[in-house]
Amino acid sequence: MNEILEILSENAKASASEIAALLGRSETDVAREIKELEDAGIIRKYITLINWEKLDQSLVFAVLELKVALQRKTGYDAVAERIANFSEVDSVRLISGGHDLSITVRGKSMKDVAYFVAEKIAPLEGVQSTCTHFILKSYKEHGVILTDKPKPKRLVITP
Amino acid sequence: MKQSLKNIPAWNADTHLNQAVRNMPPSGIRKFFDLVSEMEGAISLGVGEPDFVTPWHVREACIYSLESGNTHYTSNKGMPELREVICDQAFTDLGLDYDPVEEILITTGVSEAVDLAFRATLNPGDEAIVPEPCYVAYTPDIVLAGGVPKTVPTRLKDEFRVQPEDIARAMTEKTRSLLLSYPNNPTGAIMTRSDLEELADLVVENDLIVISDEVYAKLSYSGSHVSFAQLEGMKERTIILNGLSKSHAMTGWRVGYAMGDPNLVGAMTKIHQYTMLSAPTMAQVAAVEAMQKGEDEMLRMKHEYDLRRRLFVSGLNRIGLDCFEPRGAFYAFPSIQRWGISSEEFAERLLREQKVAVVPGNVFGPSGEGFLRCSYATSREELIEALDRMETFIKGL
Repeated sequence: MNEILEILSENAKASASEIAALLGRSETDVAREIKELEDAGIIRKYITLINWEKLDQSLVFAVLELKVALQRKTGYDAVAERIANFSEVDSVRLISGGHDLSITVRGKSMKDVAYFVAEKIAPLEGVQSTCTHFILKSYKEHGVILTDKPKPKRLVITP
Repeated sequence: MKQSLKNIPAWNADTHLNQAVRNMPPSGIRKFFDLVSEMEGAISLGVGEPDFVTPWHVREACIYSLESGNTHYTSNKGMPELREVICDQAFTDLGLDYDPVEEILITTGVSEAVDLAFRATLNPGDEAIVPEPCYVAYTPDIVLAGGVPKTVPTRLKDEFRVQPEDIARAMTEKTRSLLLSYPNNPTGAIMTRSDLEELADLVVENDLIVISDEVYAKLSYSGSHVSFAQLEGMKERTIILNGLSKSHAMTGWRVGYAMGDPNLVGAMTKIHQYTMLSAPTMAQVAAVEAMQKGEDEMLRMKHEYDLRRRLFVSGLNRIGLDCFEPRGAFYAFPSIQRWGISSEEFAERLLREQKVAVVPGNVFGPSGEGFLRCSYATSREELIEALDRMETFIKGL
């Protein structure tokens, strides 16, 4: 794997100078490569992983499984792209197994999400069925464990 | 109480102590330990162990084993599966063929193996050569074994690789063994094959045993680790000591091993069976899992150390703490000689004024004076913050 991407995938805040120091390369060299990765659309966005559950005005997330009728020529793409256009939709994935698309939706309340699904997703042409799973608690996201546990302690000085 | 015992003389435990123990100086890091422990917000670069927790699959294997009731002694030599997997790895890594029945002993950490190696091979008054700066246990272990440690300095100009002429100078007719510990704690130095080859003649001429502590072998950042045992004709003369503490982040489990000639390992096993009986069973179970399935996690941790090594060493040089490139372990050993103050004073002031804990180099032997041991087995954020604080400190010197 590209070493720069490996570092950025763990920490979007890593600066070009920090990455350069970690890799033993020059800062300009690293900055140029990052720019190339951005221009090529390989780096799409630098995002922050937030534990929403720690906030009072927490958001509601749901995972939806959709059955979709395959369409001539466009396959699943046309429906998937229409769904992806909604700002309420966080992710859209084509999956194997009993369903065709798996999407995640966010809203301010369960009602919000339920209405959105009923009004915008279920009626879409090609969508045959939906099954909504509300997320009750998140334990791990993007490789990060979200439950707060004290970090095991090391002795402060050891030989 | 009997009349004759009424006037009991004052009790003095000191007079009941073994002399070698009584004369043993306390560890030089104790003072720093106390200082850092009391200080809030200190960043410690003084820790000689990984900051990673043992990979979950290893912990999980141990939990399962405990649930299954696997709580009995193992054979004195250690679990056969563990001995086999270690011998397999020695063959893969070093190309050396060790018999899992006769030529390996599982110990309670490498620390026990060091102790056993000296006790099994030294007679009273025998001398063992120890290159310094080095891990703090070797010379006390030699003394406890009744031997006499002969320390030999290593120097920055040689990147802290031990030089044959220094060993030759320390040699007497009583010299029995040579200790090697590369990759080295505290310097991060390594010995290449040709460096080791230069020692081989001396070892043969003087009929020495080489005790090679290779606990940092997996953490070698420029090419593979070379063991003295790999040199032609040297396998029989070498006791390899190694363990999983550093490579697999398993310090607290206490599991190590010794490999070598069946008579040497057999002698060590004799002491082990009367003192330790067997290494902790749960730790051995975990070690089997780590050795069989822990390669990816081990490489992931090593890669992270390597990134931090570059970040930290380039940072030290940038702020004026001259540091040669450490090629193994997870320590940087920068020089503070340009300021003309002792390692201890530098370290203490750095801690008090900027709350960064390092270990003064002299703790690891006189030739470590003028240097600091900084462990980079800590998070990148802490390393960057520590560099900032050290820079501020240096500017005020």
